[in-house]
Amino acid sequence: MDNTSWAYLSNYLIYSAMAVFTLAFFAHAFETAWAVRTPSIATEKSEGNLLVKTFDFERTARTARIATAFMILGFLLLFSGVVARGISAHRVPWGNMYEFSITGAMAFTGAYLLALRKNDLRWLGLIVATAVLLTLGTAVTVLYRPSAPLVPALKSTWLVIHVSAAIVSGGVFLLANTIAATYLLLDRMEQRGGRNAWAKRLPTLEVLDQLCYRLVAFVFPLWTFAVIAGAIWAEHAWGRYWGWDPKETWAFITWVCYAAYLHARVTAGWRGRKAAWLCLLAGSTFLFNYVYVNIWGTGKHTYSGL
Amino acid sequence: MSNQKIEVPAIGMGPLLRFSWRQLTSMRTALILLLMLGIAAIPGSLIPQRGQNPMKVQELFTQSPGLAKFYDALSLFDVYASPWFSAIYILLFLSLIGCVLPRSFEHFKAARALPPATPKNLNLMEHFATWSGEGNELDLAQKWFRRNRFRVKVDGNSLSAEKGFLRETGNLLFHLALIMVLFGVSFGALFGMKGDAIVNVGETFVNTTTSYDSISLGRLSNESSLAPFTITVNKFVAKYNAITSAPEDYTLNVTSKNSPESRENQNVIKVNSPLGFGSTNVYLQANGYSPIVTVRDKSNAIVFQGPVPFLPQDSNLTSIGAIKVPDMQPQIGFVASFLPTAARDKVKGGISAFPELLDPALLLSVWRGDLGLDRGIPQSVYRINTSKMEQIGLQSLKPGEIYTFADGSISFDGITPWVNLQIVRDPGKSFALVGSVLAIAGLLASLFGRRRRIWIRVTAQGKVEVAGLAKNAVAGLASEIETFVSAIRGKSEGAL
Ligand code: HEM
Repeated sequence: MDNTSWAYLSNYLIYSAMAVFTLAFFAHAFETAWAVRTPSIATEKSEGNLLVKTFDFERTARTARIATAFMILGFLLLFSGVVARGISAHRVPWGNMYEFSITGAMAFTGAYLLALRKNDLRWLGLIVATAVLLTLGTAVTVLYRPSAPLVPALKSTWLVIHVSAAIVSGGVFLLANTIAATYLLLDRMEQRGGRNAWAKRLPTLEVLDQLCYRLVAFVFPLWTFAVIAGAIWAEHAWGRYWGWDPKETWAFITWVCYAAYLHARVTAGWRGRKAAWLCLLAGSTFLFNYVYVNIWGTGKHTYSGL
Repeated sequence: MSNQKIEVPAIGMGPLLRFSWRQLTSMRTALILLLMLGIAAIPGSLIPQRGQNPMKVQELFTQSPGLAKFYDALSLFDVYASPWFSAIYILLFLSLIGCVLPRSFEHFKAARALPPATPKNLNLMEHFATWSGEGNELDLAQKWFRRNRFRVKVDGNSLSAEKGFLRETGNLLFHLALIMVLFGVSFGALFGMKGDAIVNVGETFVNTTTSYDSISLGRLSNESSLAPFTITVNKFVAKYNAITSAPEDYTLNVTSKNSPESRENQNVIKVNSPLGFGSTNVYLQANGYSPIVTVRDKSNAIVFQGPVPFLPQDSNLTSIGAIKVPDMQPQIGFVASFLPTAARDKVKGGISAFPELLDPALLLSVWRGDLGLDRGIPQSVYRINTSKMEQIGLQSLKPGEIYTFADGSISFDGITPWVNLQIVRDPGKSFALVGSVLAIAGLLASLFGRRRRIWIRVTAQGKVEVAGLAKNAVAGLASEIETFVSAIRGKSEGAL
């Protein structure tokens, strides 16, 4: 197969992945809807004046399993699409923003599926499927660029090391962000008198808080490494390891915010809600760096190809 | 870090200082300073900085002087060197030192001391197990602890074991390593240097301050500390994608000498592989074209000759430049564009269609009058201030062609590429690198290390009690205790 065929194959795989994620999205939507509204098979009986509904979670559980299967299939297709893209260009597929986005979506799904092995996170599936579809949709419509070789500044082993670490960190950061956001949402519900039907099946606040911390604690060293690898690369390519370029500055801000989050978790009075806000803030600085600095920013890191 | 109540002292400098110090080194202060550092870093990424983009700063001063002056008063053009940014990180590092040093001593002492005595009521602990024993449990436990590298204290009829100092060690290592990184950065800034030089292919660069187009020396660095190397630029090859014009490869061949007396070396410099002379590195940073011209006066005497670097304006290397001839009377200046592959654009006029020299052209507009060079105001080498000049000619030249105007002639003899060499010496970078590596090692140990204690006691009635406690509520102790218990019970039952 020649380069063009690989590039076409990659596009087909990405489109197929989108189709499968759409199926996962619907499966999760049904599952969520069934869990929220009384399913038709639910039994109702009265206890005194109260009408008690017993939910039929068997149907939702089965649908959730199907949804997860779609997610795994989507991940595999996306993974193959990213690999085919790399083969078509004879390099790692991280040369422009289209490629960052498809790889980032892959990392996000991967982080979700990995976390799913140890925790029942299927309630998150709907959000994950939505986010991945939006990312891929933007990638194929707005950000798409034909497969091409790298500009000289990107030709380095450090590209592989630095960018892969950054993308994996990004995937996990975003997962932590969705969990922190859920924490805050549920926290508000509980303050206002209790969870609604949808939220009842979600874990307790403690569990969410702990999960969020574990994700951040897991990637913080990786992100530190990504920033340092970037600095080493910058030293090779540009003659200085740190120059307060906008991209570097925002990577630093993200790092400092997550450090603050880790501190908050061991500081009395900052645990829980405030820590969740900090986590959300830190994740937003990461996103800002990706979207704003790549597209509108000035400086040396303008590889979006737009 | 202390959580004790702090009493506000009524009088006296001593207590006041101690109070401030305790506040500064508290965990909450560290957290807030971290957040402040993050916020303080933001403006520098939104407002152009002198260090990265001096042209943009200059532009802002001409476009909206009021705003620019306001920004300047707040150091917003030099955020990362500003007093307020420095104040935040200096406070943060003071807090860090004040927090980490005492903890390091404490940790050192604790690591050498034996684990504390076994608590009285083990059944109050989170992880508790009990069974009636065989009598040899303490020996078996002793062996298990030793095999699993716990530190054990024998306490009467009980053992108190502890493991996982790595967590605190890692945490302290991480924070101490950050101090080392900061030291490396400051050391490099004080004793290093950085400069740029544009060198035409065929020319030789000698590493003295006068060879630089721009140079900045660290505060504690001086001119005599420049390494005495020379670099002769032999050949520069740039490859571009035929369809997108995107650069695919730059290769620079040079002949270098470590000092005027030493022997010559042949080297290749590429974008991601600089050439090193000790702690000084030479980077290939940018490139462009220098048209080679000869200017003659009416008597046909040469008044100017040589390559003139032009400044690229786009990815196809449409370049602008200025040829200034102050030695003619009246003075002559050429405002020029150079197009490696000449094409026409309806709006912009002459532009280049490809970055390689496929169909080069030099567009000249000739000006006569006062170049303004002796007024002491620094001028760009790529532009001419024509306010005191009049235009006397306009011509497009191909290589080899001559244009004769009223006061003389100019011949376009050829083209040579130029490269921008960036020369950097940073003696602090190895400290920063070692510090970063240690910081990551410390982080890993700290975030994945688990500190926990396990106790085992055999009561007078022969009952065995086991309990455990994990610091920082880390997971995994329950299963570890299960393994421990089954190891001991399994053995003693197997011995039956
Ligand atoms: C340059 C500023 C600082 C940065 C970037 C930073 C970063 C971090 C990070 C990332 C962690 C989490 C890793 C771990 O659990 O070991 C941490 C933990 C910690 N930091 Fe800092 N820190 C800074 C300053 C300080 C200061 C000033 C203090 C003292 C007030 C401090 C006290 C602590 C403590 C006690 C922990 C342990 C928390 C735990 O037990 O998990 N840090 N720091």
